[in-house]
Amino acid sequence: MTTEPHSHKGPDIAHITLHNGLEIVVIPDHRTPVVTHMVWYRNGSADDPVGKSGIAHFLEHLMFKGTDKHPQGEFSDVVTALGGQENAFTSYDYTAYFQRVSREHLKTMMEFEADRMTGLVLSDDVVDPERDVVIEERRMRTDTDPSAQLGESLASTLFTHHPYGKPIIGFMHEIEGLNREDALAYYRRFYTPENAILVVAGDVTEKEVVRLAEDTYGRIPARGEKPERQRPREPDARAARRVVLADPKVEQPSVQLAWVVPSYKTADKGEAEALEVLVQILSAHGTGRLHRKLVMDQKIAVAAGAWYQSTAVDRSRLMLYALPHPDGTLEALEEAIENVLADIVQHGVEDHELRRAKTRLIADTVYAQDSQSSLARMYGSALATGSNLKEVTDWPDAIDAVTAEDVKKVTQKWLNRRHVVSGYLLKDEAA
Amino acid sequence: MNDASTTASLASRIQLVRSSSGIEAWLIEDYTVPLIAMEMAMLGGSSQDPATKPGTATFLAGLLDEGAGPYDSAAFHDRLDDYAIELGFSASRDQISGQLRTLARHREEAFDMFRLALNEARLDEEPIERVRAQLTASLRHDANDPDAMANREWFATAFAGHPYGRPSKGTLESLPTITRDDLAAYRTKIFARETLKISVVGAIDAATLANELERVFGALPAKASLSEIPLAKPHAVGTRKIIDLDIPQSSIRFGAAGLLQSDPDFVTASVVNHILGGGVFSSRLFREVREKRGLAYSVSSQLAAFDHGPLHMGGTSTKNERAAESLSIIESEIASLANDGPNDEELDIAKKYLIGSYPLRFDTSTKLAGQLTHMQVENLGRDYMDRRNGLVAAVTRADAARVAKRLYGDGKLFVTVVGRPEGM
Repeated sequence: MTTEPHSHKGPDIAHITLHNGLEIVVIPDHRTPVVTHMVWYRNGSADDPVGKSGIAHFLEHLMFKGTDKHPQGEFSDVVTALGGQENAFTSYDYTAYFQRVSREHLKTMMEFEADRMTGLVLSDDVVDPERDVVIEERRMRTDTDPSAQLGESLASTLFTHHPYGKPIIGFMHEIEGLNREDALAYYRRFYTPENAILVVAGDVTEKEVVRLAEDTYGRIPARGEKPERQRPREPDARAARRVVLADPKVEQPSVQLAWVVPSYKTADKGEAEALEVLVQILSAHGTGRLHRKLVMDQKIAVAAGAWYQSTAVDRSRLMLYALPHPDGTLEALEEAIENVLADIVQHGVEDHELRRAKTRLIADTVYAQDSQSSLARMYGSALATGSNLKEVTDWPDAIDAVTAEDVKKVTQKWLNRRHVVSGYLLKDEAA
Repeated sequence: MNDASTTASLASRIQLVRSSSGIEAWLIEDYTVPLIAMEMAMLGGSSQDPATKPGTATFLAGLLDEGAGPYDSAAFHDRLDDYAIELGFSASRDQISGQLRTLARHREEAFDMFRLALNEARLDEEPIERVRAQLTASLRHDANDPDAMANREWFATAFAGHPYGRPSKGTLESLPTITRDDLAAYRTKIFARETLKISVVGAIDAATLANELERVFGALPAKASLSEIPLAKPHAVGTRKIIDLDIPQSSIRFGAAGLLQSDPDFVTASVVNHILGGGVFSSRLFREVREKRGLAYSVSSQLAAFDHGPLHMGGTSTKNERAAESLSIIESEIASLANDGPNDEELDIAKKYLIGSYPLRFDTSTKLAGQLTHMQVENLGRDYMDRRNGLVAAVTRADAARVAKRLYGDGKLFVTVVGRPEGM
């Protein structure tokens, strides 16, 4: 078996910039008469001003509250009546809004989305109940879930200085204080054509998209300059740290190990790809080293895996996790995970593991072509975090170029136990 | 283009493929992306678990890709990974399903692995104990999760004494008792051509598929031996059950009897449910509970058309201090729909949404294969894709009002609440 790097290249993707600075990506998919229309803003929770954590996410909610031209509810009613689906999401580095509609309604979506890029109107009457909605969202996701609470502590321990350590949704005491003025100040700073990326995937041509975009987004004057992200750099870690959360509600303990690692944007050439291959080798379903060693051979874990946030503006995070067998301890499990890494640092990875990891990662790009919304997300998130189109398109070649030596080197360099942050989730037996 | 024409071409593209011994599948050929997606379903699911051993179907589904034919678990997974084949099985209450996704150039290897998993899963001791431990960990993980607790309690009470009252994933007591013999017995009883439905989408032609069907499914026994399951209506409707958990928010689950998928009013009921709580940004529950009052982030309702006990259900999570208020708003919206039906405007918007969004269910090969299998399981016919939007368009306000009354009746619900709700 060879990996046969992408004999199938995928769709021809166009990349245009309008006169006002708005970037446009067009991804053709003519199988069904449907389009995915997304606008990405290059700002996320890591751009929240100090003391205003959660404002990026709160504003995302408030973007559905209407403009002078289209009062609250009108946009959503139109999307619904056209049989469309819509939503929005906020991450550390970006905020995105999308609709999925029948192809002939693309222009209507563009009109509404362009209108709310600069025309948002907010009153306390809509801001106040929406703040309560976000508070309930935080309670639902975090305050009722011990493992989510441990996740917050782990992040803030991992990133001591950089805002990736703060929760996207914000801290409860800061959400409670967010108001209309905070939202509008943040909105005026970031919601501009120069800061936005329009991604259209589906049954459309480049020419058509550009014509419609000129007629809608093109009418928004350029702001004059791009907003700057002001991000402090995370200092290099010097110490290993352990975060422990014990709660009477926990019946299934777990251990996580986390490190700050380069993202595609910050990495030296090939390092992010090597980390991607490493994570695949460690955690592929049924074949990953963590599963084979901890679950199958040593029988000290019931499940184990890994996760790498590779798409990010700044240095990002890589996590390994495992759930212990009922009779095992988290300390023993942490030690066993460290031994899996030490083995890779000492002996490297096998050729067949490397080949398999590449086959799978490259196949995933073919599977992604089956979904226009996956493709739109892939390109949108890459561009919103500072990668360019060519890097996305050439990604399979970059993965194919990773060597066993590269994998060994990044493991040694970045996943060092002397500055690991471990997170223990335990049952509080005393309570 | 909010009319049936959007999907008309799709229905005519469905080919009925039949293997030499008569195994049938629905195929949509498409070469845009070089992959093949297959979805199969057999009747059964967790409702066919032995009464004292809930979790058997889920356990078996988790073992089918853990070693089969000449390959032990490790070798089986190595091979799947070598060819980037995605293969998996799952059990719902009424069905066992299998999914396969492969690059077109690995078609033969992929179908062969699926054949082995379906017919020759080894059920070796090592993976049995490993999967048992994983399922146990998953139950422990959910043990004090408020949504999972509310759901478990809802079904245990509403379907006490009925197979639907037993948890699909089993219990901490039942999992240790399930033996290899139980798993093998379940397979012998349920895996059969009689109830098998198959759909395939992607880069494969009918003749090639016919051969693959014979190879993969040809050896299955003809008949299943399904246990009779009575049609049940949920108990305890009109009551509330509160489960104490020290959290700042109450997780609420509500529901009552619904309509079978085969009911002539089912499409109308779907429209009515969309108006109540099916629409994300436009439903009554969204507007009243979330948008106007900020009581919850998530609030929704759905029709759960189980074969042996259909339901209308819903849920929300709201702070303890205002849980009673949230529930009373939900109850009053249900009562209002039951008594007065929807108004013209909301009916119109719901119909337009359900019609216009129909193609969004078919925009990936995997989703399309899943929809085709669903249509087969429910006996909707190959022309359903052409007919469906017409059925929605034909729903009048009088129909909707009548069906809302039929669906919600006197508005009574069985409600489970997990948390520390005040004033309930």
